[in-house]
Amino acid sequence: MSNIPENLRYSKDHEWVEVEGDVASIGITDYAQHSLGDVVYIDMPRVGDKLSAHEAFGSVESVKAVSEIFLPVAGEIVEVNDGLNDAPEAVNNDPYSAGWMVKVKMDNPGEADAMLSAVEYEEYLSASA
Amino acid sequence: MRYIPNSPSERDEMLTSVGLTNAKDLFRSIPEDVQLNRALKITEPLAESEVIAAMEAMAAKNSAATKPSFLGAGVYSHFSPTIVDHLIQRSEFFTSYTPYQPEISQGTLQYIFEFQTLICQLTGMEVANASMYDGSTAMAEAYLMAQRVTRRDKIVVATSVHPEYREVARTYTHHGAAEIVSIPFDERTGRVSDLSALDDKTAALVVQSPNFFGCVENLERLAAAAHAVGALFVVVVTEAISLGLLKSPGACGADIVVGEGQSFGIPMGFGGPHVGLFATQEKFVRNMPGRLCGVAYDKNGNRGFVLTLSTREQHIRREKATSNICTNQGLIALAATIYMETMGRKGLQEVAMQNAQKAAYAAKQIAAIDGYEIAFSAPTFNEFVVRGPRGSVEILEKLRTQDGIIGGLSVSKYYSDKPNEFLVCVTETNTKGHIDALIEGLSE
Repeated sequence: MSNIPENLRYSKDHEWVEVEGDVASIGITDYAQHSLGDVVYIDMPRVGDKLSAHEAFGSVESVKAVSEIFLPVAGEIVEVNDGLNDAPEAVNNDPYSAGWMVKVKMDNPGEADAMLSAVEYEEYLSASA
Repeated sequence: MRYIPNSPSERDEMLTSVGLTNAKDLFRSIPEDVQLNRALKITEPLAESEVIAAMEAMAAKNSAATKPSFLGAGVYSHFSPTIVDHLIQRSEFFTSYTPYQPEISQGTLQYIFEFQTLICQLTGMEVANASMYDGSTAMAEAYLMAQRVTRRDKIVVATSVHPEYREVARTYTHHGAAEIVSIPFDERTGRVSDLSALDDKTAALVVQSPNFFGCVENLERLAAAAHAVGALFVVVVTEAISLGLLKSPGACGADIVVGEGQSFGIPMGFGGPHVGLFATQEKFVRNMPGRLCGVAYDKNGNRGFVLTLSTREQHIRREKATSNICTNQGLIALAATIYMETMGRKGLQEVAMQNAQKAAYAAKQIAAIDGYEIAFSAPTFNEFVVRGPRGSVEILEKLRTQDGIIGGLSVSKYYSDKPNEFLVCVTETNTKGHIDALIEGLSE
């Protein structure tokens, strides 16, 4: 059973978003990390990159595959989790905290509200299982 | 690949099973007006003895193969020990393709790993790939890699880089975002000096050393200038034997070293097939093109060779792949590996030293001939530019027809402002007798 914290918002691409003011922290969900397997590298955007919603902002490389990661909300990258360069396994071990990937200054802070709630994401997972 | 012969009745059976009556129907989807619709214009079949006679007659026309030659300019005459040809002819090595379950071919992966290790040691870099097509395409891939790493598109390349390399790279990158800017070389030294084109839009500074004129560039200075603007420093090596003697590009600050491995025991042929070298620093490895072999240990602690970071490659990552170079010049890389391992560290140094000393002797003797001088003042390895008293095409033609010597390459072929200059290359295959004959031919 996947861990799905209630205070976060979720995308159907299996990213999570935590909103503080107009800044959203973004990572991949427990379900996503479990599906990918051992993460060995994360290709990240650079601070200052401006991206639109649903645009790929990087990729997660596990032992057997590379998966794109999509930005659920439009905005500008204001911080990147450099710690993942040395410890990409944090995405597996602690996807919702140490495994965060980027912080985005949202163009439209309301955009995150339209994402799935924890309950909706759980339903989405069970429906697609 | 197996050879599976089939008889006319088997062919008919196959056609019937796909609902056709004639093999020609297989090509129906090709427009009529581009189909050949006639037999190929080739000669009638010959008996084996006739083929041999025809081939021998053709080979005899290649008088260049027996004349003393001082041609270099990217393809070099070096001695290749017999063991190289002997070992690569083992049938296990006959395909350049790494199988789709590559780890089943431990022998192939092991030699690729050894090749990579040797290239790292010679270039002074941390990682090298399993090879590229040739030096020029390796250089083009370095442009693309520098663009990926820096997210900039301006490539500053010296005009003292081999003109054909620059042409290939221009073609290769034609439809991409690269903006290629040329910088001149100093007419006195033959080295790159004017770096004013470098700016904060520059992805890479690309130089060759020894350069097209044989001049050894001041790599440390160029590396510092590239790094000062946040650009990568790309060093191209067309004469790999020089790595046996000169300070490695890596030790001089190179971020990417690309080159041609033909000097490592590969015949000159008609300019191919050769093998491209590509090495970089580990921090850039995910942006490096090409296959990469690594070492891993299984759960019992046994060593095995593996393809590593394959997720950069097209068969896994499709259009997002770092490059589409997945199949390397496997057989040629194998030959180069056997050459390097046969020569060893001391042997390579010895060959390099012989090249440098013989070339220095030749340069000194030529410079003493009335009307001749060495065109550039920078230090050289085994190649140098001679400025003659008249057109170099005429000088070389006289040597060829009257003295039976291929004296070098007319620089005017690529640099129209240098009609009297020609490039002379001296390797360990040139005897003192060859060199003295060249001097005599020039003196007349």
